[in-house]
Amino acid sequence: MMRKSWWKILTVLLLLYTCTYGFYVKVPRLDDRMQESIRNFFFHVPMWFGMMILLFVSVYYAVKFLRDPQPIYDYYSSAFATTGTIFSLLGISTGAIWANYQWGSPWTGDPKQNGAAIAILIYLAYFVLRGSMQDDDKKMRIGAVYNIFAFFMLFPTLWILPRLTESLHPGGQGSEGNPGLNGKDMDMNMRTVFYPAVIGWTLLGVWISTLKVRYQILNEKHLNNESI
Amino acid sequence: MNQFKKVAWVLLLGFMHLAAFAQDATNNEAANDLMRSNGKIFLVMTIVVVLITGLLFYLISIDRKISKLEKK
Repeated sequence: MMRKSWWKILTVLLLLYTCTYGFYVKVPRLDDRMQESIRNFFFHVPMWFGMMILLFVSVYYAVKFLRDPQPIYDYYSSAFATTGTIFSLLGISTGAIWANYQWGSPWTGDPKQNGAAIAILIYLAYFVLRGSMQDDDKKMRIGAVYNIFAFFMLFPTLWILPRLTESLHPGGQGSEGNPGLNGKDMDMNMRTVFYPAVIGWTLLGVWISTLKVRYQILNEKHLNNESI
Repeated sequence: MNQFKKVAWVLLLGFMHLAAFAQDATNNEAANDLMRSNGKIFLVMTIVVVLITGLLFYLISIDRKISKLEKK
């Protein structure tokens, strides 16, 4: 699967579609503040969707590793966690740039921003934890256990706490659903770009992760050959 | 070296069209073309497209390298 090329072609097509039609599609003009910057929706928001999917794959393989400790499951788990964390860093930095022009300051202490920062720090600790252990067996096992904790911490930090208080993100009063976006409110034209954008960016993350997995498999083989 | 050549080609091809636009500007001072409409948003689009194609080409080349190593 990871060496097949059809979904890589799909990734290229979807991303090119997003990066062209995303600028061309008619967007609603809500007020004079938002203007064209609503198009960031096709770039900033898919980072978080992609991160959630990639980190879910990561925790799936972490559980698989704990049930049946094959190193290959750990390769998948750690590669997807890395890409997911990179997506979250890109999401938080693009968010800060957007916020600077939309809310007046790059960091407003918005509950969603703070929650995302905490979630990222928890994932960074995953890499510190793994890096601190010499023994591969121990590293993989403890990494997998911590990965499960880190994934479930995403729910309070990104999904629950921001809903309990006022947020600058759309729908942030707690009663209007997801504080990141409200799917029912989205303009029809924007949906024709947004959903392909989410799929495209996520597939890009999957692609990078699988390359990392393949590299790790090759590296392992190389090391084994050398030791013999 | 081969890889470097590929990247150089991507960059060259990516910038080639700019020469075409530059000529356009000298011929057409009124400049009501697509590239200058809506506050030059399509200029930003062109840059984003050049970036994303460059990065995708790089990704594809890494993919090929790994595939070659796997066949060995």
